[in-house]
Formats: sequence, C-alpha cells, structure tokens
Amino acid sequence: MFSQKVAQQSLRRLAVQQPLAMRSSILGASPVAVALGKNIQTRQVTSSPNTEDPNQILVKQRLARPIAPHLSIYRPQIGWIGSSLHRISGVALSGALYVWATAYLASPVLGLHVESASMVAAMAALPVAAKILLKTTLALPFTYHSFNGLRHLMWDLGRGLSNPVIIKTGWTVIGLSVASAVGLALL
Amino acid sequence: MASLRTTSRLIAASRPMFRPAFARTYATVEPTPSKQPKMKTFKVYRWNPDQPSEKPTMQSYELDLNKTGPMMLDALIRIKNELDPTLTFRRSCREGICGSCAMNIDGVNTLACLCRIPTETKAESRIYPLPHTYVVKDLVPDLTHFYKQYKSIKPYLQRDTPTEDGLEFRQSPEDRKKLDGLYECILCACCSTSCPSYWWNSEEYLGPAILLQSFRWLADSRDEKTLERKAALDNSMSVYRCHTILNCTRTCPKGLNPGRAIAEIKKMLAV
Repeated sequence: MFSQKVAQQSLRRLAVQQPLAMRSSILGASPVAVALGKNIQTRQVTSSPNTEDPNQILVKQRLARPIAPHLSIYRPQIGWIGSSLHRISGVALSGALYVWATAYLASPVLGLHVESASMVAAMAALPVAAKILLKTTLALPFTYHSFNGLRHLMWDLGRGLSNPVIIKTGWTVIGLSVASAVGLALL
Repeated sequence: MASLRTTSRLIAASRPMFRPAFARTYATVEPTPSKQPKMKTFKVYRWNPDQPSEKPTMQSYELDLNKTGPMMLDALIRIKNELDPTLTFRRSCREGICGSCAMNIDGVNTLACLCRIPTETKAESRIYPLPHTYVVKDLVPDLTHFYKQYKSIKPYLQRDTPTEDGLEFRQSPEDRKKLDGLYECILCACCSTSCPSYWWNSEEYLGPAILLQSFRWLADSRDEKTLERKAALDNSMSVYRCHTILNCTRTCPKGLNPGRAIAEIKKMLAV
C-alpha cells in the first residue's frame, strides 16, 4: 500500500517537473534514441561549478571561529578555585616580600623606616580591630599557601588523587588556614 | 576500581531500558496525561559559521520534561527534532562509549548522553561547547589539534623484538591490571578542555587526556620504547604545565583519573 503511494507520488512529481523524462520512462527508449545516446536522462538544472578552492573555504572559516567560553562559565569547584587561590596567594606573598625587601634595601637612601622595630611600633599604634584585620589579611595567604603546599607535596607523591579525597582535603585546607590565620592574628 | 565505577555508572544510565515497548527511543517518552507539564528552560550556545560576523548567542528552548527522555542528549535531540532543526551538535552512541556528545552542561564538561536532566524546573540548564575550543558551529568544537596531539605520542605498541615462540605479545595478569583505568578512555576531550592550563597552553601542553594515553603506553609491559616516550615528554611544556588543578579527574564522565596518570608520569620522569 505504502510503497504504491510513494511510487505514485514520485511519478506525479516527475510528470510535473520533467515531462520529457516522464515520456521516455513510460514509453521506453526507442532504438534510435539508444543508438544516438539520447536515452540517457540529463539534468535540467546544472549546479553551478564552485571555482573556489574548498580548502580556502575551510581556512577562511577557521579564521572566523570564536573560542568557546571558558573561565566565566565553568562551575566554581573547590579544585580549581583552590588552585587559583594557591597561585594568587603565592604571587601576593612573594610580591610583598620583594616590595618590602627592596624598600628595606633602599630605606637608607630614601629615608624610609621599614625595619622591624618601627613596623612593630606602627602596628602597636593601630586600634585593636584594625590590628586583627590587618594581621589576618597578611596571615591568611601565608597559612593557606603553606597548608595547600602540603597538599601539593602529597599529590607529587602520587597520593590522595581520588575525587572524594581532593574535595575533602580542599575544604580541610580552607578550614585549617582560616583558623590558623585568625589564631596568628590574635597572637 | 575505576572500571567497576564505570560499570555501575553504565548500569545507572541504562535504567530507562524498562520503558514500555511502544515508546519511541531517545527523543520522547509516553506522556502521562495526569501529570502537570514540567516545563524546563534550556539555554544553548549558538554560533553560525555562515554569519561569522555575528557574535555567539544563548538561545532559550522550553521543553516539557514529562515528554522528554531522562538525559540531556534526549533534550537536545528533541529540541532539534521538534523546535529548531538548525541546532547543531555531535552525537552517536547515546550510551557513553563514543565520546561524540562531549559538551559543557551546567558549567561542567560531560557527555550529554550520560548527564541526567536536573529535575528542578525553576533553574535553567545552560549548554555550551567544550570550553576554550574553536567552535565549528553551535555545540560542535574543532578537535583537530587534540587529535594531532594524540597522534604525536605514538599511541600504539612499539617493539623491535619478536616473541620467542612467534605468537602474540603476552603479559602477566598483574601487568595487564596496570592498564585498568587507562584503556577505558574514549578521548571525548572533556578532561583536557576542563583544564585551565590546557586553556592557556594547548599549543604545547598535551593536556590530561593525551597524557593519560601517554601513561597507558608507558605502563604497558609489552612496549619497548619507554625511554624514547619518556624523552619525548621530558621538557617544560609537554607534562609540566600540569599544576595539579585536577579538574580533569573531577570531570571525567567515565570515572577515570587523568590526574593520577599525570602524577605517575611525573614520578617516572623524576626517577
């Protein structure tokens, strides 16, 4: 039933679009047509030849391709957020050390006072809340970087690399570093 | 252990096997008339190479979850079948073995066919191509460079000496066991494209997937080119751009551990 319907439909379509082809297909090709090679059905509409090198189309397309969004769309997870904090805290700590050490070296020339005694005196002059806040902000990168560094040493030994351990140790490091930073600030 | 986990995942994924026989596969399930429609919004990244000057956009589609299969791939296929035939994505096996439908779903790289649609209808689901890849169209990333890198590590058995009896290269069950958790990788590129180091250094850094494959051949007792393989990796870029961020291990849809494989490579190189 179904195949009959399809055949009927396609015949009708052929009759409408290519009446010549229809005639030859129904009547069959005459011997003369076969002899002259005219029994072969030809396309009525030719596709336009593409003179462009297809490889060049690809090259052009490649140049225009956008880069899929990455950092902005990736779900915040303890793994990579913790790792970026490790990097940032390391840069901040060493940067602070370089700045302070350079200032210390240049202090006789510039007339600065960054030696321990004057730093202690400056700190003591601050109100208690500011003291604790400032000390915590200085201590937190240090404690976080230290504890997370232990985690990295563990990983370099090839241990603790399963998903549950990664997540657990990540949060443990955050808890430990915040607690110890506050502890250091209260000293 | 990794292989066990994979099996249990696949079993979990095959639960809808017990659908009534007359239900159509993937795209739809028989609607249950008594239920209220559960409309969920899917926001999908769109970019058309035929209009290269237009910026990529997020297009919203709404689907009734009662009429949609359980997996993200079912939703995508239904969108393509019923809402928007121009939406383009790769898919093939629909059971997590071909790796074609790797994409970023709700912020995490995974295979759409192994990712359940969150039943929470208030929150929209956001679907992007694999992060920091060149987009061919919509959700289709260009993985040419990824495959080139795979080719560069010579992912095949390299041997000069034949076996004594002229038969196949055999290995002990213990040696075979070392390949468990490595050979199951389907190279879907979920891990590599989740790695921030690979985002910034993909030209030279091999990335977690390819390094897992490197380790698969380093760990193979039958391979005789271990020294050459190690020498090819022993530079500042190929392996050591790994900073143990471990997004790879977190995201692997097959439950494998590329992070551990890279740690083992580093140990091999250090000794």
